[in-house]
Amino acid sequence: MTEIKNEQTKDLTPSRGLIGRAKAVDRIWTVVFYLVALFFLLLLFAFAGYVIIKGFAGATPEMFRFDRNGIGNYFFNTIYLVFLSLLISVPIGVMGGIYMAEYAKDNAFTKFLRIAIETLSSLPSIVVGLFGYLIFLVATHSQPSLLAGSICVAILSLPLMTTTTEDALRSLPPSYKLGSLGMGATLRQTIQSVLIPACVPRIITGVILAAGRGFGEAAALLYTSGSDTNIKWNPHAWINPSLNPFNPLRRGGTLSLKTWSSFTASVGAEDVANLSAAILMILVLSFSLLAHYLEGRIRKKMGDTK
Amino acid sequence: MYSRGKEKTWKFFVMFCGLLMIALPIAIGVFLAIKGNALFYHYHHTLWEFLFTTTWKLKDDLTGGGQGGAAVFIVGSLIVCGLALLIAVPFSLAAAIFMTEIAPKTGNRILRPAVEIFVGIPSVVYGWIGMTVLVPALQSLFHLKTGRSVLAGGIVLAIMIFPSITTVAADAIRAVPVSARMAAYGLGATRWQVIHQIVMPAAKTSVLTGVILGLARAFGEALAVAMVIGKTPAFPKGIFGQTATMTTVIASRMAELMEGSEAKAGLWTIAFVLYLISLLFIFLIHLIAAKGAKKES
Repeated sequence: MTEIKNEQTKDLTPSRGLIGRAKAVDRIWTVVFYLVALFFLLLLFAFAGYVIIKGFAGATPEMFRFDRNGIGNYFFNTIYLVFLSLLISVPIGVMGGIYMAEYAKDNAFTKFLRIAIETLSSLPSIVVGLFGYLIFLVATHSQPSLLAGSICVAILSLPLMTTTTEDALRSLPPSYKLGSLGMGATLRQTIQSVLIPACVPRIITGVILAAGRGFGEAAALLYTSGSDTNIKWNPHAWINPSLNPFNPLRRGGTLSLKTWSSFTASVGAEDVANLSAAILMILVLSFSLLAHYLEGRIRKKMGDTK
Repeated sequence: MYSRGKEKTWKFFVMFCGLLMIALPIAIGVFLAIKGNALFYHYHHTLWEFLFTTTWKLKDDLTGGGQGGAAVFIVGSLIVCGLALLIAVPFSLAAAIFMTEIAPKTGNRILRPAVEIFVGIPSVVYGWIGMTVLVPALQSLFHLKTGRSVLAGGIVLAIMIFPSITTVAADAIRAVPVSARMAAYGLGATRWQVIHQIVMPAAKTSVLTGVILGLARAFGEALAVAMVIGKTPAFPKGIFGQTATMTTVIASRMAELMEGSEAKAGLWTIAFVLYLISLLFIFLIHLIAAKGAKKES
């Protein structure tokens, strides 16, 4: 077979050199593309591996403690701040998504709204942080607090929550909505008890993605949440509310701010910063892998039902 | 249970959350504009001085009278982001092509998740590794006094924006109709010829959108750049020189300045410029999309 094919090529194409060159060029570029892909995979593994290994290699047991010298409290602040921000951004974002998918009419105003969401999602986080600083600290003459920081992080994750919810609602089969409306349910009842429950897996994926991004946020917190922390776990100390870990109005530095402040701090903070970066990396990696896994499962499920 | 009150409150809340999305970006812009305006109205600097002169010596008190030339920061941002684009775009396009045209299976199963993980890595981690690994490496490699340089900033930013550009570019390439590829292959084109002459030209406008998104991310990145670029507020002397950008000056100076002072007003003005630039990027993306749609129809 191949011989005949070659014969034909010979007969039909007078310029064999041209084809040979085209094939050679094609092969060279294929190699280049493979190299670039390989380079990035290696870079990612090297990067993640280096950060994690270096962080734990230089760590001492004291660093893990939940006290003044350890980073345990910063770890707690990171989780708590993201939790608070999700408490704000998830309800608002989901409602916003419902508005976009079910209520917004196809007109100029909705177009404008879409551009506004896009703008919000592309605003530099330091600009959002400055806005928070202005509103929650300068205008109200108050101190940096976890709450101010978490509102800034919430603003940053609002567009993600909105678009995730909207996409989830739009990707549902129309029969869900029509069936429910046909049974005499109102649009609100349909959304609340049929559409949103069906969207929950996708919304959770969005929440996990938002949380993963929130953990690493630093620029928005720089002037809003305070970069240090002095909480105490002994309930007797909570007479002073600024020491109570669960008080959202206290100052609270996060792991990302700890990493950042080692940049300006004196020598010796390096090991702590390495460990903070390593823990951040693990948090972010596990959350994005989880989100990816969930997304794959949702896709598989959708494929099965179709 | 049906009740009219419930329906009304529900609709009110949904509308309210939708409107909040409009209110937030506008509020952010208005507040920054009001604060930033103080530099011009209260301290009587001119827009010309702010944009085109290079001495940034504003006074940290309420009397004013300093010099407020932000050209260094604006040019610094442009240079560092331009350099980042130069490094990132070729790699991003190659990775996107690999994911879609060369090895879609491995691409989708391994490279795509890897790229998505890259997006999520916090900027301070990039900055920290840039500062502890890249900066010393550049220093010994090129025998510099310090590795903190425009080049270091460009490399760190390039790694940060590479995933954003790759994802958008890959989607754009995937959207090119299969029939276009098949027609070219049917005429006897090699894979590279199809990529080079059919797929990439067809995906051009959407790829450009991805590049602009990456540029927007680079412009707004503050901490990672601040950690590797040094603090010299002057034009960089080559790519090994140091400079400051709009974001780094805000990140490093904002906290130490007095509220209401001339110097702080200057920083608010820079923040407002950052806001305007991200609006400009959104505008550009829509302009390109509109042009692309026009061409198609």
